[in-house]
Amino acid sequence: MDIIVLIKQVPETSDVKMDKDTGTMIREGVASVINPLDLYAIETGIMLKEQHGGCVTVCTMGPPAAAKALKEAIAMGCDEGVLITDKKFAGADTWATSYTLAAAIKQLGEFDLILAGERATDGDTGQVGPGIAAWLNVPLATYVSKIESLSADSIIIERLVEEGYQGLQLPLPALLTVVKEVSTPRLPTLRGKKKARAYTLRAMSASDLAVDEAKIGLKGSPTKVVKIGYPKVTRGGVVVKAAGEQGLSNAVDSLLEFLQEKKLV
Amino acid sequence: MAYVWTMAEQSHGRLREVSFELLSRGRKLADKLDTKLCSLVFGSGLSDDTLQELVHRGADEVYVVDDARLDKFVVETHSNVLADLVQRYKPHTILAAATSSGRTLMPHVAVKVNAGLTADCTELDIEEDTKLLLQTRPAIGGNIMATIKSPIHWPQMATVRPKSSRPLPLDLNRIGNITRIAMFDAHYDERVKVLGLRPYDEGLAGIEESDVVIVGGKGMKKAENFGMLRDLARHFGGVIGGTRDAVDRGWLSYPHQIGLSGKTISPKLYICAGVSGSIQHLAGIKTSECIVAINQDPDANIFQVADFGIVGNLFEVVPLLNAKLGTCKKEGK
Ligand SMILES: Cc1cc2nc3c(=O)[nH]c(=O)nc-3n(C[C@H](O)[C@H](O)[C@H](O)COP(=O)(O)OP(=O)(O)OC[C@H]3O[C@@H](n4cnc5c(N)ncnc54)[C@H](O)[C@@H]3O)c2cc1C
Ligand SMILES: Nc1ncnc2c1ncn2[C@@H]1O[C@H](COP(=O)(O)O)[C@@H](O)[C@H]1O
Repeated sequence: MDIIVLIKQVPETSDVKMDKDTGTMIREGVASVINPLDLYAIETGIMLKEQHGGCVTVCTMGPPAAAKALKEAIAMGCDEGVLITDKKFAGADTWATSYTLAAAIKQLGEFDLILAGERATDGDTGQVGPGIAAWLNVPLATYVSKIESLSADSIIIERLVEEGYQGLQLPLPALLTVVKEVSTPRLPTLRGKKKARAYTLRAMSASDLAVDEAKIGLKGSPTKVVKIGYPKVTRGGVVVKAAGEQGLSNAVDSLLEFLQEKKLV
Repeated sequence: MAYVWTMAEQSHGRLREVSFELLSRGRKLADKLDTKLCSLVFGSGLSDDTLQELVHRGADEVYVVDDARLDKFVVETHSNVLADLVQRYKPHTILAAATSSGRTLMPHVAVKVNAGLTADCTELDIEEDTKLLLQTRPAIGGNIMATIKSPIHWPQMATVRPKSSRPLPLDLNRIGNITRIAMFDAHYDERVKVLGLRPYDEGLAGIEESDVVIVGGKGMKKAENFGMLRDLARHFGGVIGGTRDAVDRGWLSYPHQIGLSGKTISPKLYICAGVSGSIQHLAGIKTSECIVAINQDPDANIFQVADFGIVGNLFEVVPLLNAKLGTCKKEGK
């Protein structure tokens, strides 16, 4: 089983603080981490390898500093790491990113399964996985919450849709984007960390890939961000205290009034 | 001028509400462009009467690719059909709902037709001089709003967050054509098999499409206590959800999780109890129309975003609220 896991390095969000007055994010000292939703993809890849044998290759397209994310994935148990990095890739939107990653995957040769996160917490689009499946013309399942079974030539999964869990059978090779329910990510072990430190990542640049330079990076991206706005976080709503029996009753009454005014009840 | 298309969604011969929400978005754009609005429906078993509602809710044209092989969503086949229609009819804009199928189909098609795509938009407009689609969406967990355009690639494509717009009122006087078209056999991709659907427990289906969502956090203390939130949800005809802490403790199943690593919702009314308002949770609720919070800690972050907050013990506030809602109903208020 040859498995490719796609990860992205994103700004850490768990300690993001918002400036209450301006509604902007305080970015000072914000570290970079593996996109938290990609940890489920990494864990799934390692688990499947443990059950079925094979090799897990973790790939990221990003700046040289993204090497740290790959090393972390190797410390968790991935076998190989590929850093797709080049100034020419910078500023890519999801279309150009999926094009570049698809080209890199072709370069890596035969594979059985590609695993990606459901979405990255910075761009938050969830478009890269489906885009790669389209470029490579491999069957796709998004929102995968469970791997039911895996054989040499097909995989049965469940995916989360609006009405419930949908079961799908896909022939291999296939691409899955996974949600949190699919696995519980392990922590890197000491041995894993040692291995990661000694490991030399494979690097790929634009010239290593058979890519059309008009389709990569900012230049190759159909979409352009034209404006950034900062919505005010604070809504300035009413806050009442429910202290004591009377206070409690008054608070609930004023909530009901508020809801009636808004025609919500 | 090329048309504006919106993708209708159906299941078991019924149109989903998002189909109508998209038409109200599309109507505004088509009017600004002075062009027609067309609703696309994939699947069989929809009667003309059912399809007429798309016209009554704003469509000028309804195209139905009427084939049972499209009844269940399988991205490969749907993508083949849509990409072909795009190449043949060259629409100006395509809008789909940011649902599990819309968010899977659109990026797949965008690659095939060589077009830009913006995910999960909450505002759409047409730029006066260029006639380009201005697509505004929350990013970085809702902390910024980015406006995006696709200046040289066509069609303009976007997915739209469910519940971020309201359907237009029914206008029975509107007329429009319903055209049924056949699917090419070559577009049918047999590789992926749909094995079946295991429905959620009752009350969860469509949490993203629900008008009212009641959320419990760690402050709920244990699973049994969610009974009072279910009562509250029943009053409003809503559904219940939870923070990651509530889900990780096993009080609710994962499909209930709201936030960064769960679902993004935009209900008319969101009420939470025992939720602190972490940045990751807020990422999933910021576009809610009205936010009500009950928390005993006056400094809880959730009060920053609340339209109405009660500082108090949820185990006192929620039961009293339920009781009073009961009386309100009885008195017929
Ligand atoms: C990568 C990442 C992804 C994440 N994704 C999500 C996500 O998708 N969704 C999500 O929700 N979280 C997510 N989190 C977790 C998030 O950071 C918070 O830990 C979580 O939202 C807190 O849940 P909570 O509000 O239920 O619990 P707490 O923060 O512990 O808050 C409990 C609140 O209950 C109040 N309370 C207690 N008792 C009572 C009482 N009797 N009456 C009234 N109030 C009471 C307390 O004052 C407190 O404010 C994520 C974190 C990370 C790092
Ligand atoms: N630059 C990248 N390098 C590798 N994988 C990526 C990259 N960007 C996105 N992905 C993968 O695609 C998923 C969805 O990302 P996005 O479409 O940006 O929300 C992520 O969870 C990753 O698995």
